[in-house]
Amino acid sequence: MELSEQDVLSIAHLARLELSEAETHLYQQQLNQIFNWINQLKPVDTQSIEPLAHPLELTQPLRPDTITESINREHNQSTAPATEGGLYLVPQVIE
Amino acid sequence: MDHLHQADLSTLSKQLSNKEFSSVELTQHFLNRIEQLDSTLNAFITPTPEQALAQACQADKLIQKGDTQTLTGIPLAHKDIFCTQGIKTSCGSRMLDTFIPPYESTVTQLCQQAGLVTLGKTNMDEFAMGSSTETSFYGPTANPWDHTHVPGGSSGGSAAAVAARLCPIATGTDTGGSVRQPASFCGITGLKPTYGRVSRWGMIAFASSLDQAGILAQNAKDAALLLEVIAGHDPKDSTCANTPTLHYADSIDNITSRYTVGIPTAFFDNQDPTLSTHIQAAIKVLENTGIKFIEVDIPHLPLSVPAYYVIAPAECSSNLSRYDGVRFGHRCQQPSSLSDLYKRTRQEGFGTEVKRRIMIGTYALSAGYYDAYYLKAQRVRRLIKQDFVAALEKVDALLGPSTPTTAFQLKEKNKNPLAMYSSDLYTIAANLAGLPALSIPMGFDQGLPLGLQLIGNYFEEAKILNIAHRYQQQTNWHQQTPDIYS
Repeated sequence: MELSEQDVLSIAHLARLELSEAETHLYQQQLNQIFNWINQLKPVDTQSIEPLAHPLELTQPLRPDTITESINREHNQSTAPATEGGLYLVPQVIE
Repeated sequence: MDHLHQADLSTLSKQLSNKEFSSVELTQHFLNRIEQLDSTLNAFITPTPEQALAQACQADKLIQKGDTQTLTGIPLAHKDIFCTQGIKTSCGSRMLDTFIPPYESTVTQLCQQAGLVTLGKTNMDEFAMGSSTETSFYGPTANPWDHTHVPGGSSGGSAAAVAARLCPIATGTDTGGSVRQPASFCGITGLKPTYGRVSRWGMIAFASSLDQAGILAQNAKDAALLLEVIAGHDPKDSTCANTPTLHYADSIDNITSRYTVGIPTAFFDNQDPTLSTHIQAAIKVLENTGIKFIEVDIPHLPLSVPAYYVIAPAECSSNLSRYDGVRFGHRCQQPSSLSDLYKRTRQEGFGTEVKRRIMIGTYALSAGYYDAYYLKAQRVRRLIKQDFVAALEKVDALLGPSTPTTAFQLKEKNKNPLAMYSSDLYTIAANLAGLPALSIPMGFDQGLPLGLQLIGNYFEEAKILNIAHRYQQQTNWHQQTPDIYS
């Protein structure tokens, strides 16, 4: 199965990426090439094999519920592109 | 004083405590080298001379008082992926070109606490995605052995800086070979510890189940000395292992253990004859130090690259969703809607390779393809891990090449993603399995260095460092530097 231009644009939308026309064509060609190569995994017999998500297969460790450090909002927001009164600014969402 | 940059960490440590020179003098020596030589190499994104001299001054006070640790006063460089409070941390991306972290990573914090002096932040492939340092927003780094060749990647800035002796040692990160491959290309020693051995807190995430901080050093003993500083449990990273650390630099001199090392036959299929000749020579050297070799089978090894290029991009697409132009990083001008803000910010902030991997990962995780790609790759990942676990029941470590070729030319592979991805053929499996691995120099082919790789069992960094040290006691490849940087 080959990815169409429309498929590439829907993937870009899911990833919230705007693509130029040239990028769309480039990624269409390259994604098809890359997934054809990835398809060599298909014939491997993995029927009774559990997926491995994490190399050490750790369980989530617990720690005591105590205060360690507090976040300084002003310091933390000093690196944000647009803030006002301690809030992050974004374009209007609700009419 | 003229050749201070040729000394290794043990020597510098001794000379500093004997007060043969001060940390300020040593630091100034390296700052001068960076100033004079880095315009051609482009190994640094942000040198930090003021902070370095202040830290060196502090170290000198401790040395005067005799209140020192082994590495007090020794300069190093950090890959620009480790958050440094108050110092720009770009991750090689336009997205973070103006990012000044409000907090410090555990790795850089531990280095500071050990008295090390930070010379600056080094160049890297954007978000550590690349094998040549060509995807950096700040332009490529050159290979010190030949400026027309790449230094490898993604920790190419750190590798080039150590190879050209612009710093005695540097940190890096390794998700699929990003410490070992540039170490191999630049003729230095590169160590990727066991997954979870070193904290990932404050290390900008690429693929969280594969990322591991590592070290680019002049030799195995130096790597062992810095590993003692950065290894250990960190409650801030829930995947960081709570397993005791060792005195890696002390055990490195052990010459009595009789190790058996496995040679995975799959490493030697279709291998370049020059590479084979060098590997055979390295095996001979190690045999003379009491190491026995046997062949072992890692049947699923050839599947590691395609499995990785599903898993790593999938994790990357998820991790990089945080770059939305709201809380930090680049933001597009005059967004007309929230969707426009996200899409244009990410279009402008990310480079071609990062976008490509986000696209691969998004597709592999999307409804209808998740089982076929992502879960399939994770099942293959288990098969690869099982192969290694079985092999390492029979042997103490595995040996093979670090890379299929020497450093390729700038622009040779940057238009062909599959060719670039394949350059990590020998390094990726250790990340998928989470095993410690290192690369050491084992000779040259047409003037460019070749790397030998050792892969160890979980948390057995000491063993592979010991084997590497034995090799470096018998050879002098690791002491060679390019003429113009000697």
